[in-house]
Formats: sequence, C-alpha cells, structure tokens
Amino acid sequence: MKIVLQNLTKIFPSRNKKVKDEVVAVSDFTFEIPDGKLIGLLGPSGCGKSTTLYMISGLQKPSGGKIFFGDDDVTGLSAENRGVGLVFQNYALYPHMTVKQNILFPLQNLKGKDKLPKDVMIERAYTAAKLVQIDNLMDRKPSELSGGQQQRVAIARALVKMPKVLLLDEPLSNLDARLRLQTREEIRRIQKETGITTIFVTHDQEEAMSISDLIVVMKLGVVQQIGAPQDVYDDPTNLFVAKFLGTPPINVFDGRVEGEKLYIGDAAVLDVPGVSDQPVTVGIRPEGFNIDPNGTFVCNLQNVEIMGRDVSVVSTNEASLNPVIRSIVNSDNKIEMGETVTFSLKSHKVFLFSKEDESRIYF
Amino acid sequence: MVESKHRWKAWLYLAPAIILLLIFTVWPIINTLHMSVQEGYNQSLAVAGHEFEYGFGNFERVIEYDNFITCLKNTMILCVLTVPLSTILALVIAVCLNSIKPLSRFLQTIYFLPYVTNSIAIGMVFAAMFNIVGNNIGNENELITTAGIINNVIEFFGGDPVNWINAGSSYWANITVMTIYIVWNALPFKILILLGGLQSVNKQYYDAAKVDGTSRFRVFTKITVPLLSPMIAYVVITGFIGGFKEYSSIVGIFGEKMGPTGADGSLNTMVGFIYNAIESQQGTASAAALILFGIIFIVTMINLYVSKKKTHY
Repeated sequence: MKIVLQNLTKIFPSRNKKVKDEVVAVSDFTFEIPDGKLIGLLGPSGCGKSTTLYMISGLQKPSGGKIFFGDDDVTGLSAENRGVGLVFQNYALYPHMTVKQNILFPLQNLKGKDKLPKDVMIERAYTAAKLVQIDNLMDRKPSELSGGQQQRVAIARALVKMPKVLLLDEPLSNLDARLRLQTREEIRRIQKETGITTIFVTHDQEEAMSISDLIVVMKLGVVQQIGAPQDVYDDPTNLFVAKFLGTPPINVFDGRVEGEKLYIGDAAVLDVPGVSDQPVTVGIRPEGFNIDPNGTFVCNLQNVEIMGRDVSVVSTNEASLNPVIRSIVNSDNKIEMGETVTFSLKSHKVFLFSKEDESRIYF
Repeated sequence: MVESKHRWKAWLYLAPAIILLLIFTVWPIINTLHMSVQEGYNQSLAVAGHEFEYGFGNFERVIEYDNFITCLKNTMILCVLTVPLSTILALVIAVCLNSIKPLSRFLQTIYFLPYVTNSIAIGMVFAAMFNIVGNNIGNENELITTAGIINNVIEFFGGDPVNWINAGSSYWANITVMTIYIVWNALPFKILILLGGLQSVNKQYYDAAKVDGTSRFRVFTKITVPLLSPMIAYVVITGFIGGFKEYSSIVGIFGEKMGPTGADGSLNTMVGFIYNAIESQQGTASAAALILFGIIFIVTMINLYVSKKKTHY
C-alpha cells in the first residue's frame, strides 16, 4: 500500500498562553511513499521524524494536511482503525504476558466479523514468531529476554495482524553495536519477505543508509531531501544534508570562487566552471582527496591512521571549519611523514554551498 | 555493607527509633504475652502482690464467651464486605481520576479529604444522615417525621423509610450502614495508592493497545489491572489488616455501646471486645489481643500467598 502525505503539518501549542512560542514539529511535509518500500526517516533529535511517524500511526493528530493509505483518506481515522503495526522505541511489550500472549493480543482484539477462531490465531502467532525467529521463546516473559529478542517480539506483535503499514520508532537504538548490525539486516529481510510498506525512524545515518530504499532527511520539522541513500550522499541539496550523512563526516572549508576557480586559502584547488565570484562553503568527502605531489591543496600533516584497506590521513588547514581534515585514501599510496601533505581533489566529491543560505551551488 | 569503623555510627543514628520501638512496641508485646498466660490476671490484684498461676485459661475463657463469637462474626462480615468493595470502587475512581485532565488536582484533593477527617466526626455525620427520627417532638399520636437525608431521598423516590440505626433496627440494616461508612472512609487511601501506581504506568502500553484496537474494557482488565496488581495486593492486605482492627467507626455511629439502642454490643468487634475487657480483666484482654494477632497474621499470610501467584512481576 502506498502512503501519501499531503502538506502534513504538526504544531504543538505553547504551554504558556501569554507567550506565543508554539513549536512547529513538522512543517508542510508532502511525499508519496511507494508501495512495498522501506523508508528511513532520518534527522537529529527534535527534527520531527517521530512526530511524523506517530501522525501516520494515528496516535497524534496532524494540525494540517492529509494522510492517504492507498486512495483512502485516513487523516480523521483513529489509530485502531488504520491497520498499522507500530514498534515502539522501548518495545512496550506487556510485562505480565508471555511472548505468545503478547503476540496474540492484537488478534484477540478483533471483534465481530474479523474475529478469528482460536487455532487460526495460534497459527498466525507462530507464523509471525517464525518470521522473526523467536518461535522457541513463546512461553517466556519479556523480562527473560535479551534486548534483541524483545525487539523481535515487538516486530512479531506488530506483524501478526498483517498491517498495511509497519512503523518502527528508533528500532535499533536500544541494541548494542553488533546486534544492531544483525537486526537491521533482519528488518530488511522481514520487510522484503512480507512486502509491507515500512517506515522507520532513526537518528543514525549509517543505519538509514544501509537498509532503506529511500531516505528522508529532516531538520527542525522541514524535509531537506528525499532520495535513494546513495543519491542523497552523492548529491546533497544543502550543507546540512552533506554534513549529516557519511562517516567520517564531510570536511568543511571556508573558500571563495574567483574567475571560475575555487580557492581554499590562497590555493586554487579546483576548476568550477559556471560559478560566479563569491565566498562559498566547501564540503569535501573524505574519499575526495588524492595524495598528489603535484596537487595544489597543501595541508599540515598531523597523523596517519592505518586501517588496513585504507589509510586515514589526519591533517589541518587554516581554512578548515572542522578541527581536523580527515581524508581516506587507498593504502597503496605511500605517505611520507613530513610537515605537510599535498592533495588534489576529485571534483565529484567536492560540493559548494552558498554562504548565505547553505544551499548547494552546482558546477 | 557498612564498614566496621562506621558501624557504631549506624547504631547511633538508629538508636532513637530502636529505643522508642523497644519501649512502645516490643515491651508491650512481651508484656501482653506474659499477662495472657497468667490465669485471671488482673492489674489491681497484681499491684497488691497477688501471684497468678500460669496456664491457658484466659484463651479458653475468651473463646467460650458468646460475646466474643459475636465480635468475631461482626469483624469477619465487615472485612469480607468492605475490603473487596472499597478496592474495586477505589480502582474505578482512580482510573477515572487518572483520565480526567481538567481539575484533576482539585478532584484528587476532594477525594483525599475523608482521609484527613476524624473518623468519629464522620461517624456522627453518617449517624445523622441515616437517622430515622429527627427531634422526636410531640406525643405518640403525631406522625414521626424522618429527618435523616438518606430516608428523605428514599421517600422522595416513593420508598418507605428504613430504620437504619435507631432502636429496633435490624442487624443487616446496621451492617449496611457500617459497610457504606467503612468503604467511604477507606477509599481515599486506596485511591491515592492506586492513582500513584497508575501514574507510573508507562503510557506506551496504552499507545500500543490503541494501535492494536483494544477495547476499553480489555485495556482495563488485561493491561491496567495486571500492571497495577502489586498496588492492588498492597491495598487489599492493608485493607484486611485495617478491617480486623475496626472499632472507632462503630463508635462513631453507634457510640460506645456498640449497637443500636436496646441491642448493646450487637455490632461489637474484636478490638471492642479487647477494650471492654481491658478495664478489669487484663489477662482476658491480652489473650483476645493475641488471638486477633494470630488471625491477622494468618489472613495476611494467605493474602501474600495469593498475591504472589496473582501479581505478575
């Protein structure tokens, strides 16, 4: 089922009636989520990603705009009538019920013509449990499970009623690093197997990029960019998106364009055809540097970190807006430990942003 | 663990409480034990230097009193009626209070007021409310006018006034009044505890239930009650303990005669029995107190056993 968000807006009224400082959590969000895809809502805390998720679930009412599931307007429907599965950040498993009872609970809520015979319910509970590989834990209480297992139970509980949409709120934030890697693959697998349109919220860009079909980057309630992870990474629309995606983070410099050449400090580092003369902010991905004795970009070498496959060169430059410049080069490069290191730049890894509004300047 | 060099400090800080407990709790308990096993112990004789034989005659005598059986029966009936009733009512009120946003503080205060009001004073108000005759002025040919508000209400709806607590009233009418009064009196504390429990329940359980389309009734029985079960167990256990010590509520409504006029002592309780005996037969009173202690102990053990099976985590 595709989901259409139309000018979706959420405004939290100010607590103090005298001072008008209402919070715009989500502002004018329009997006069509294609059927059967895995979507990552990504942004720093307070960017409105969870609010968007809860509006889609029906637990929060939008202040403006509309939500469609398929062709049905569900804006006015409450959560129980939308047929969504929701996995909470801390799972919200009922502590007094066993895993089986937890998974059965949504099915037992069905009334009237939707009511299922008991054996069908049990069968569906086991099918859901098998999908997330917890069918051997059905008689345990949540307190007897590890974080990863609890998370699977929560997903099974959300899936058991065969929702049209699966929503996950920070699904991996309570797991340790190894389990997180494993579980995100798991979520990807489950989503592919079931084909349910899935939206998940995360502040971890790596998590979002690694499993999403599409990512939505948000900041302060405003959508910054929507696209396939690689496209967003390779072609950010503004400085915020460029900075938010990628580990190690993008290197940012003060620069200027003069005569279609980009200057960082006094060095002309790149030809930028078609860009008028102006001061700019320059973003260079760590992999955008070549060690090149004939290059023009000279930095003070601080450290070389060997990582096996790659080498991470840590250097400094007066024009850098980050404390250090981190560049990743192939370990075939021989780096002579000296005072300085000289780079040439790969032009498709260099992004220019306007000093005024941080928007991208294309060249 | 307290390090040994600090241990004397720990004792020092605990000393005031320990000394007070020793004087006012431990010593009386030992003394009660001692008095209860001295045949026909009486304080004035003891002061005069009389020596009593040791034996269990006091206990036998207590159990053989008809009066004691009445007291035991009254106490049991009131416990069995009031504890479940007040717990269920408190649970419903607490859930309602918790779901009301405007005026919630104000309403919580109102519901808590009976707790800080003197139970004798409340008893007098209840006695006035359930009265059948106001000022019985005039001679026997004049109609007796009902003055209690409860009977006024009954008459307003076309019923006959009931003799709740006055001379000639029936035992079950008396018990009804006592039950209403005790339940009303017990509500605030229970509401307070259950409301506190409700407010600490993670709201996400309710969000999760909502997304899954759970009916209100199922949310209450399958989520709220199980999650509150430790608090419910607590109010039931303390409710039974309080119920077995019921005394001042009876005094509040019927006065120290512990029954309607002409039926003195018909509503007497275990504690009332002990108070009656304490004037002249301290041995018997001590034995009765120990029997009461035994009953409360056994009931509490049963409660704890059941609640362990029923509370979920």
